[in-house]
Amino acid sequence: MADTVLDIRNLRVTFTGGAKHVRAVDGVDLAVAPGEVVALLGESGSGKSVTLRSVLRLHPEAKTRIAGSIVAAGVDVMALTGAALADFRGKTVSMIFQEPMLALDPVYSLGQQITESIRKHEPAVSAEAARRRAFELFEQVRIPSPERRLDAYPHEMSGGMRQRAMIALALACNPKVLLADEPTTALDATVQVQILLLLRELQRNLNLSMIFVTHDIGVGVEVADRIAVMYAGRIVEIGAVRDVIRTPRHPYTIGLLSTRAQGGRLSGNRLTTISGSPPDLANLPPGCAFAPRCASASAACREAAPAPVDLGAGHVVRCIHTAITA
Amino acid sequence: MILYATKRVLLTLPIMLGVTIVCFALVHLAPGDPLISVLPPDASQSIKEQMMALYGFDRPYHEQFLRWLWRVLQGDIGTSIRTGRPVSTEISKAVGNTLMLAALATCIGFLLGTLFGFVAGYFRDTWIDKTASALSVFGVSVPHYWLGMVLVIVFAATLGWLPPTGAGPGGSEDWKWDWVHFKYLILPAVTMSVIPMGIIARTVRALVAEILSQEFVVGLRAKGLSEVGIFGHVVKNAAPTALAVMGIQLGYLLGGSILIETVFAWPGTGLLLNDAIFQRDLPLLQGTILVLAMFFVVLNLAVDVMQTMLDPRIQRA
Ligand SMILES: Nc1ncnc2c1ncn2[C@@H]1O[C@H](COP(=O)(O)OP(=O)(O)O)[C@@H](O)[C@H]1O
Ligand SMILES: [Mg+2]
Repeated sequence: MADTVLDIRNLRVTFTGGAKHVRAVDGVDLAVAPGEVVALLGESGSGKSVTLRSVLRLHPEAKTRIAGSIVAAGVDVMALTGAALADFRGKTVSMIFQEPMLALDPVYSLGQQITESIRKHEPAVSAEAARRRAFELFEQVRIPSPERRLDAYPHEMSGGMRQRAMIALALACNPKVLLADEPTTALDATVQVQILLLLRELQRNLNLSMIFVTHDIGVGVEVADRIAVMYAGRIVEIGAVRDVIRTPRHPYTIGLLSTRAQGGRLSGNRLTTISGSPPDLANLPPGCAFAPRCASASAACREAAPAPVDLGAGHVVRCIHTAITA
Repeated sequence: MILYATKRVLLTLPIMLGVTIVCFALVHLAPGDPLISVLPPDASQSIKEQMMALYGFDRPYHEQFLRWLWRVLQGDIGTSIRTGRPVSTEISKAVGNTLMLAALATCIGFLLGTLFGFVAGYFRDTWIDKTASALSVFGVSVPHYWLGMVLVIVFAATLGWLPPTGAGPGGSEDWKWDWVHFKYLILPAVTMSVIPMGIIARTVRALVAEILSQEFVVGLRAKGLSEVGIFGHVVKNAAPTALAVMGIQLGYLLGGSILIETVFAWPGTGLLLNDAIFQRDLPLLQGTILVLAMFFVVLNLAVDVMQTMLDPRIQRA
């Protein structure tokens, strides 16, 4: 893809802090075009958050081995250090966290946290101008009585309002790429829908590129142009939403979709009903990580990690049995 | 906020009343006759009764208490049996001296304590942390009169840099803020500072470690703050608790350390209490304890109100 704002290639992240090394991300390739939304879908523990955090290089350096290349808006993220890395974070790429209550500083008002961000990246902006911008951001994310809410502390707001404030913070410096890590998981169903609609509207109006992490297929279908299915640190299937949903070709994706069909609901199903359990990332099998749970697995599956198979139109599957699954 | 402060002040009134009752009861709970140290052992019964009446000890307890409380409210907390001077005069001199000592000790202790605490919290489980933690454990657990004597031996007796004891050439009556006098303050203050230093270092280390492990620090990093910028957030998050601990430590030190003031012959409240106890000067003892207890109550109040002002999460209802 020539036209990409975010290009992740062969990303590998290993945590070396514990007794055993945890290979949380194992060769992820992901490119996002301008204005495109990619849903990163997978069970809890499959490495979605680790992938996202790598884009901002948020992992503790001393305890993490990270390899591969990440280019965001022409910036080689892996080469950034010190002040250049700090300038990049929140300005070119910014992040929305799953739990705003935990991700916001409890003793700073929301207004302070937003103006701090603006003035960090644009030192020329005066305190009043930054406050005005924070006010406009609050209006943009539709927080009622924004003037008053700017002076509120995170604990004084409801979960939905907090997530709106978090979105305002993420948008404060007009980033090109937004990374949303399960932004609606911690919210009530009705609030969840409102936040999803808001995010999609903002994404379209601002022509943002976005990686939207979720473990809810329904949510992924709702917001994304493409879906990437992650399993044990690898993207096992990626393609346009309709291709992945209508003609899934990886046994794991097929399993996910059939559990959802059995549930009979459009959204809200968690991906927990495939038999077996996800592998131990500190002790991965040499071949396909899904093989132990896979009905179609053969000896070859257990020998080497399957190479990507391009099925056309950007639909790529890491499985050697695509002939069976077709 | 003002409402909260008012409420908090009103809440301390019953505590203060309780304090006065305890102080009053002290004299009557203490073994022996309250006049035992004034009268010669062979004083006649009539002289005894005369003296009892003079001091009002012959009235019923509640009446004595109310009369005493009334006088206390007017600022009269009695007369020292030993010196014959008003207790308030004795105390205010001693409080001034202890205040100097405690304030300097708290400053040293707080500066070093927060420094060690922050460094240890930031470099958790490295040798820096272990050194800082060892120092703070030392501070909490070393007997300070022993440390005081060691410091005297090293810096006064051996090196001769600082005077060993006392409050300056003219005694406590003649304090001036110059080096000649100030050098008398150094050894006791350093000895005293070791206690708050250890406690504050441990508190701050735990606080900083806990704050740094929170998700919002990742959030701050994700929005592009430098480590210096994040440090500011850590400080603001740690401040309410750290200051509260410091306030309480200052309170303890204001009580005057009997041991340290005795080792250094520093004329503060600790030495005053020491003298009052050993000379059975009950009015002085009562007055000193009352003043110190009130100090604690007021200080706790101040710390509480300040912490509430600094921490938006505490409800200001
Ligand atoms: N800092 C870390 N140190 C060690 N292991 C980690 C760390 N962060 C995440 N992991 C592990 O990496 C795996 C993937 O985690 P994550 O990306 O958070 O999953 P999810 O897909 O639910 O977001 C998990 O097994 C998790 O325990
Ligand atoms: Mg996650």
